[in-house]
Amino acid sequence: MASAVTAQTEQIPTPVRRTSRNRTALMLIGLGVLAVLAALLSLFSLRFGSLPVTTRDAWDAVFHYNADSYEQTIVREMRVPRTIIAFFIGGGLAVAGTVMQGVTRNPLGDPSILGVSAGASFGVTTAIFLFGISTPAQFVWFAFPGAAVASIVVYSIASVGRGGPTPVRLALSGVVMSSLLGAWTSALLLMSEQTLDLVRFWSVGSVAGRNLSILWTMMPFILPATLACLLMGHQMNVLSMGEESARALGMNTQRVRMISSALVVILTGASVAVAGPIGFVGLATPHIVRSVIGADYRWILPYSFFTGAALLTTADTVGRVIARPSEIQVGVVMAFVGAPFLIGLARRRTVAS
Amino acid sequence: MATFHQLSEVRTFRTSWFSQRINLKVMMLIALAMVILIFLMLWAITLGAVDLSIREVWNATWGDGDRKTLLVVRTLRWPRIATAVVIGMALAISGMLFQSIARNPLVSPDIIGIDAGATVVAVTWLVMTSNTSQVPLAAFLGAIITATVIYLLSWRNGASPDRMILVGIGVASMTSAVTALILVRFPLEQIRPAVVWTMGSIYGSTWRDVQITSIVILATLPLAIVLMQPLRAMSLGDNVTRSLGIPLETTRLAVIVIGCALAAVAVAFAGPVGFVALMVPHMARMIAGPQSGGVLVFSGLLGGIMLLLSDTVALHFLPVVLPVGVVTGAIGAPYFLFLLYRSNSRM
Repeated sequence: MASAVTAQTEQIPTPVRRTSRNRTALMLIGLGVLAVLAALLSLFSLRFGSLPVTTRDAWDAVFHYNADSYEQTIVREMRVPRTIIAFFIGGGLAVAGTVMQGVTRNPLGDPSILGVSAGASFGVTTAIFLFGISTPAQFVWFAFPGAAVASIVVYSIASVGRGGPTPVRLALSGVVMSSLLGAWTSALLLMSEQTLDLVRFWSVGSVAGRNLSILWTMMPFILPATLACLLMGHQMNVLSMGEESARALGMNTQRVRMISSALVVILTGASVAVAGPIGFVGLATPHIVRSVIGADYRWILPYSFFTGAALLTTADTVGRVIARPSEIQVGVVMAFVGAPFLIGLARRRTVAS
Repeated sequence: MATFHQLSEVRTFRTSWFSQRINLKVMMLIALAMVILIFLMLWAITLGAVDLSIREVWNATWGDGDRKTLLVVRTLRWPRIATAVVIGMALAISGMLFQSIARNPLVSPDIIGIDAGATVVAVTWLVMTSNTSQVPLAAFLGAIITATVIYLLSWRNGASPDRMILVGIGVASMTSAVTALILVRFPLEQIRPAVVWTMGSIYGSTWRDVQITSIVILATLPLAIVLMQPLRAMSLGDNVTRSLGIPLETTRLAVIVIGCALAAVAVAFAGPVGFVALMVPHMARMIAGPQSGGVLVFSGLLGGIMLLLSDTVALHFLPVVLPVGVVTGAIGAPYFLFLLYRSNSRM
């Protein structure tokens, strides 16, 4: 009996202990360094691409813009918007993945694995087919309901029956959902050549050719949702101790789950509308962060934001550099970075026995 | 000396070296499914631009009738119908094997990435060469290579089914990313046949397709039926299996090889037809009871019925002619979600 009690106290993650002032300072410095690193990697994204540009041009395009220079115009008009978009989508998806992993207590939380991205994509494709829409500002309104319905269905399928939503069950329900929506999407694509031509470029997952106006339509969703997620660190800490402990501590777990799911849907829906379904940012980032800084969600969330931002901007830069003069879409690059990560996780004892 | 041991509706067939439990109810269901399947095939052949009666079809099948009827029935319609049936059988048997071994009702070869592997090779082949006659071979190789990669990557003191599922999802997302990349790299007219292929269809099937698929089914089915017995014991968990003296990894590998061979031959000739492999085993278990060799056969017949029905609907009963994969996906998936809800909540 006594040993069981000790084991329980040991499982309580760090946050419940009073964190020392030194640790807080250290974490803040780390976060600052990470933010600077993410910013630097974004500058790389301005510097490198299919058109060779000098570092000076890239710098000037941002800080002393000269509209007569062709190189600077390229940087300013093409690379700045896509870099900012990649930065915030990367950060937003990473935060969404972190929240999913915390709320479902499932190491495989990721909008694309759990079928949320597929739901958003299906919403958008249907709307393109039915209403002929073609801009992300319109996509958003169809991505949200798609993502919401998909996440509800996936979670309810995985939860019925004994044992509740285990990681493998959730992942499988997500894949079944994705393949179901995929079949319906295929039917639409087959009926309309126009839809096929638009959807194939969008559904591969890319930030190429996105301009500043797209950025402005996306920000009102991604920014507040990200901020709200960042504020939920404490709730995530409590929830990660398990449903019963959280309720015993007086938390309205139902409400926290609802709010966090809504935030995940907003983040996923908005980023899918802008950049198409991009997988694995949400899966990989929290694991990387957790392995470095530990289990306190109040820190994991902001660290995940910057790590995800750095990851996606870098993946986008790499995709442009390795296939000059054309480019490999960031969704494809992320699949190749992220899938080995998933395989590595699967080989760990804790995820799949 | 063969003896029968009686126990309610289950009989056990026994000789000195071989024994097999035979469930009479399942046997009846198998016979019923066969009759339904045969009638369905004849009926499906009567449909189409040339109007025929079931009697004409029956006679023409055995070589009796005028030249035009013979051409329509024996050369045009039979190959497609037979292909639908054997592909459906292969898919359903393969799905049943995968679900039994994974002890998870959500598993099927298409879900764990074998179809995605076949797709990337087939699509690359179609876009690069536009030579359609070699596509089945390309798809088959893609399926086998992917299955091997998934199995090897999941190996860690044995290949745990849960690990295979997750590794499969990872491998599938990589191969799908490559497929998506190819589809944006080439002009629309060049990728169109590839897009149609990725939906799963049985246009232009020939007797060769039927022959090869049937040979694979006939070669693997007896072993699969025998293996269902240890699989029943395996459903009690790895420790129980080992203590019963069943060679766990060998049995697992044998079942996986058979399941993959069936899935690979199906995807080779029909493309990735979704949900038949996932859904039909559920229906079979709901109707005929828990997994056994007989239920495996029943599941195969049900798969043939399902795919034939879907293809007939896709071809004759819709305003536009759709690939059969779209129909199985559109009807199958919601039904599957319902089944899953029911079977999960009963567990």
